[in-house]
Amino acid sequence: MEKIHLHYEVDGDNFMAAGEASCDMKRVLKQLGFDSETIRRASICMYEGEINMVIHADGGTADVYVETSRIEIVLTDSGPGIEDVSQAMQRGFSTATQSIRELGFGAGMGLPNMEQYSDWMDVSSEVGVGTTVTVRIALGETA
Amino acid sequence: MTVKEFATTLGLKNWTPDLDLDVPITGGYAGDMLSWVMGKAVAGSAWMTIMSNQNVVAVALMTDVACVVLTEGVEPDAALVTQANGRGVPLFTSDLSTYELSAWLGTALAAQ
Ligand SMILES: Nc1ncnc2c1ncn2[C@@H]1O[C@H](COP(=O)(O)OP(=O)(O)OP(=O)(O)O)[C@@H](O)[C@H]1O
Ligand SMILES: [Mg+2]
Repeated sequence: MEKIHLHYEVDGDNFMAAGEASCDMKRVLKQLGFDSETIRRASICMYEGEINMVIHADGGTADVYVETSRIEIVLTDSGPGIEDVSQAMQRGFSTATQSIRELGFGAGMGLPNMEQYSDWMDVSSEVGVGTTVTVRIALGETA
Repeated sequence: MTVKEFATTLGLKNWTPDLDLDVPITGGYAGDMLSWVMGKAVAGSAWMTIMSNQNVVAVALMTDVACVVLTEGVEPDAALVTQANGRGVPLFTSDLSTYELSAWLGTALAAQ
């Protein structure tokens, strides 16, 4: 299979309309004919990463690399960074404000979901510089 | 059971009348925190929630749920209705409680 690269600019100013990049990636993965569970796992990771950039980092970029053996999603922002990554990875940890919680976010489950639904995950972050979250989903013989 | 049968039997109000509702429902999920739904809702579920903003559509799409039901008499935001129609997510409302809808669905699915 040919390598495919999708690139998205994720806006930081409108979290009401967030999810555009994830919806588009899902459409493309469907067109490529992946099985629905693979698409579902990639979509969940992408959405959680996208929404985190919108809510916590004022936007960023998302790059999706589809290769023979895996789908890799790289989410990069120049937001405030994460002080303690292992704390942020814990279920239930969130710094979301009250107004964001009222929209249904802020359960502290986004990063744990990404870990659960990916086969490999890396979070590298520097306070005041930004955050890069990378997840990989392995592809079986079906792809 | 299909989305259409579920909606008709319980008298749910349909906000996406142009969508195909002959889609099977194979499970259910009740919850409002979006990342919990994201992590736990199983594909093919009917999702019962009181969340009424447009982010509900993206979560429903990503998780492959069969339909969304806003419970307890909650009204959808206008943007949610637009998004649901535009992205093809069947959206309903009901005055029944989340518990009543979930209990009915659970019984109906078990009897199949
Ligand atoms: N891109 C990011 N930039 C800065 N901080 C982040 C970023 N992503 C996550 N965080 C920090 O990590 C915490 C945990 O993230 P996680 O996605 O698990 O939960 P949440 O976004 O707070 O809530 P939920 O995802 O359940 O709606 C966030 O509250 C935030 O403090
Ligand atoms: Mg999050």
